[in-house]
Amino acid sequence: MARLSAVQTTEKGAAGSAGRESVSRRAFLVAGAAAGGGLLINFSVPVFAETASGPRRRYTLNAYIQIDPDSTVTIMSKCPEIGQGIKTSLPMVVAEELDADWKNVVAEQAPLDARAYGAQFAGGSFSTPMNYEPLRRVGAAAREMLVTAAARAWHVKPEECDTQIAGFVRHTGTSRKLSYGALAAKASQIKLAPDVLRTVKVKDPKDFRIIGKPISGVDNPLIVTGQPLFGIDMSLPGMKYAVFEKCPVFGGRPVSANLDAIKALPGVRDAFLVPGARPTGLPDGMAITLQDGIAIIGDSWWAANAALDKLVVQWNEGPVASQSTEQFDRMAVDLSTKPPGQVFRHDGDVDKAFASAAKVIEGQYAYPLVAHTPLEPMNATARYADGQVEVWAPTQNPAAGQGAIAKVLGIPPSKVTVHMTRAGGGFGRRLGTEYMVEAAVLSKMAGVPIKVLRNRKQDIQHEFYRPAGYHNFKAGLDSAGTLVAFRDHFITFTSDGEKLSNSANMDATEFPARFVPNLQYAQSMMLLGVPTGPMRAPQSNALGYAFQSFLDEVAVAAGKDPIQFRIDLFNTPHLVPNPPPPRGRGGGRRGGGGLFGMMPGFNPKRAVGVLELVREKSGWGQRKLPPRTGMGVAFYYSHLGYIAEVMQVTVAREGTVKVDKVWLAADVGRQIVNPSGAINQLQGGALDGISQALGQAITIDRGRVVQTNFDDYQLLRMNQAPPVEVFFNITDNMVTGLGEPAVPPAPPALCNAIAAATGKRVRKLPIDPATLVAT
Amino acid sequence: MSYTINVNGKAETVDVDGSTPLLWVLRDVLDLKGSKFGCGMGLCGACTVHLNGMPTRSCITPISMVGSAAVTTIEGVGASPVGEKVRAAWIELDVPQCGYCQAGQIMAATALLTSNPRPTDGDIDDAMSGNLCRCYTYTRIRAAIKQAAGLPTADTREA
Repeated sequence: MARLSAVQTTEKGAAGSAGRESVSRRAFLVAGAAAGGGLLINFSVPVFAETASGPRRRYTLNAYIQIDPDSTVTIMSKCPEIGQGIKTSLPMVVAEELDADWKNVVAEQAPLDARAYGAQFAGGSFSTPMNYEPLRRVGAAAREMLVTAAARAWHVKPEECDTQIAGFVRHTGTSRKLSYGALAAKASQIKLAPDVLRTVKVKDPKDFRIIGKPISGVDNPLIVTGQPLFGIDMSLPGMKYAVFEKCPVFGGRPVSANLDAIKALPGVRDAFLVPGARPTGLPDGMAITLQDGIAIIGDSWWAANAALDKLVVQWNEGPVASQSTEQFDRMAVDLSTKPPGQVFRHDGDVDKAFASAAKVIEGQYAYPLVAHTPLEPMNATARYADGQVEVWAPTQNPAAGQGAIAKVLGIPPSKVTVHMTRAGGGFGRRLGTEYMVEAAVLSKMAGVPIKVLRNRKQDIQHEFYRPAGYHNFKAGLDSAGTLVAFRDHFITFTSDGEKLSNSANMDATEFPARFVPNLQYAQSMMLLGVPTGPMRAPQSNALGYAFQSFLDEVAVAAGKDPIQFRIDLFNTPHLVPNPPPPRGRGGGRRGGGGLFGMMPGFNPKRAVGVLELVREKSGWGQRKLPPRTGMGVAFYYSHLGYIAEVMQVTVAREGTVKVDKVWLAADVGRQIVNPSGAINQLQGGALDGISQALGQAITIDRGRVVQTNFDDYQLLRMNQAPPVEVFFNITDNMVTGLGEPAVPPAPPALCNAIAAATGKRVRKLPIDPATLVAT
Repeated sequence: MSYTINVNGKAETVDVDGSTPLLWVLRDVLDLKGSKFGCGMGLCGACTVHLNGMPTRSCITPISMVGSAAVTTIEGVGASPVGEKVRAAWIELDVPQCGYCQAGQIMAATALLTSNPRPTDGDIDDAMSGNLCRCYTYTRIRAAIKQAAGLPTADTREA
């Protein structure tokens, strides 16, 4: 529920133009072009050349579409595939408007090429909102080329032709037809007007034949047969394997090591110290390029990794070796009793409102550092030769990786080629690029192609983490039970004493800001030496738990039904205006700036819509529940998606929590591109939130991460996974993404259900069963 | 040292240290990249293969322990009718998100259905809880196992 402020049109949306998109499609396209690094401009300069790549001749219609004489249609997928299904869904959009036969479509990972494809990344659930409308036009423009080619062949007007039969142009009057394959050579020569992407007609959605149909992932046949697809599967002639060991304390470095003994081990080729790039960028996880460490190069990865057991290093642990989670927990309690360091929003008069409130509720909520742990550990493969380097990597952020490699190696970015492989999970972790730099540097230093791969302990202990946080809430109700005053003193982290640590910020627009007349948001900061960064639904994944848990507590204190309390709040008739965004505020998910600033603002009617839908579908208030079983709700708006979740849980007398069922209602606009992938994302997102809440915490002791593997860092397993039922509320709004927004409501829905079952609020994540024992 | 192992019905001779886990022999010596590395400690199941039909964590199975056992990997699991059904169900129900764990999931599911053709939800929990999916595609995995077994796919573990 952040970013309530994104654009001025929010006010209009709130005032009652529910269901209407506040930014017109054209405005969005222009915005998309600006936001996407010249997205549209680049669509209008497609390559018109014939190319011969692979065994068959392919005719290029534009940067996205190539057609073989046998009518195979190859569609480039511009964004990296990390499990969000984009390699299937975006080609579906192109194929729809092209009127291609999906049976003949081959989706291929596009190369990294900003000129042809604009921004190429996987983050912020942006791939769908940024590309859905532009890619429809790319497909429609190519269709026009095929129609024009057919019309010329038949000496008729293009308007007399149609593409009713997928993969064919037909002369409507005579039913003559030509396949796309037969037309490809001629079509590739057709020059369209430079503004074709703005003028081309796209389909009426009621005529969709591919969009909106459940379609199985394009790589599934390769996945189920174990074909090489992922970064870790990469192999090059003459390639050697590397492990790269870093100081267990963040920011530390090796002074010396028993390198000669390591080099003498069987299967080990070389071992050497690698100086880090200064500054290392710690503790902003996203800024890390190369840390100091020790490289071990082996004939096999197993040999290199086994050598770590024999590695003896003298470390200089650096300045953060005294930090610990325990210490931060104590400091946070201490800070909560003191005046905040900074007030960043103040509406009305909070102190006066609390003084005159009929009821005042206070609640503290805390959450820990969390690791991303994609199942494919960080790895990359590089071949450096003659001042150039080629890198294969599972990455969400290929262009940033290219830039970081160029910077560290001191070569121009044009000398760095990055190939995107399929990624075995991302969750924000692969927005960082340091493992790509490691591969490039090690290949240069070792003089051979290198695959560097982390073992699980290295991977979990040298991440950047979802930052911890502590919230001290206070709410005031009037005699009617209406929320009239709200305060949060947020204890968070800074990396340098001034700037907030990466992803440790809370927006001034965080809900319930604007919906309460007297409201104060304030923060105090603690100095943190642990790298932090974005994790799936950054900030929201933590703030959702804290705010939606406390609001639930307030609803109960007000004697109101938790769903109705939220609906009433969203129906507040007069909203407090947002302050203007501070100068210099950049992008990210903050309201008013960056990509979100280009997108429609928060619309409370859509929030009410999903809450009403989930109330109906879950049988809220209608179910007779046994003792220690309860239902809880949460709503959160993030990444342009509106998600409400209800969970039913049963808490055993000894405190163990079983989630019985999840009902999830989502509003992501007027069209679900691929319902199969969409439901999968939502189910997985809700379970991800449950997994975090039930078991996940990274703890710091003496400046180092305590956890080592999936035994002390627990992910949800099959026997713990409840059924998740998904419902869409289709509204006439922009089509937006689904990778992230299902996560933030899950932990609070779970914790609110626990409170309903036991009367006990979960004040701290992860959930500690010992606090839930029946008394 | 030289070891001859039987992988997907074929005898393969490799020259590696006896402590080398089967996973790394498969991946980096025999170039069978389907079995995945996730944890190296038998905690996540991404490396699951069959030894004489038994689901086995290849990341903690030294090559010296394999002996004459029939090793089946994701690349070869389709040779059995059950394996083929499981693969087909995975595609039909669009199980994967990132797909990294799915080789291990398919191997565990095939072993389950081979010994227990009509598993209950409890049987599925028992057989599959050693295989992590970080994308949490458990809903689809459960449904796909039922589909491969010819059972109704609806999740009947009602609240």
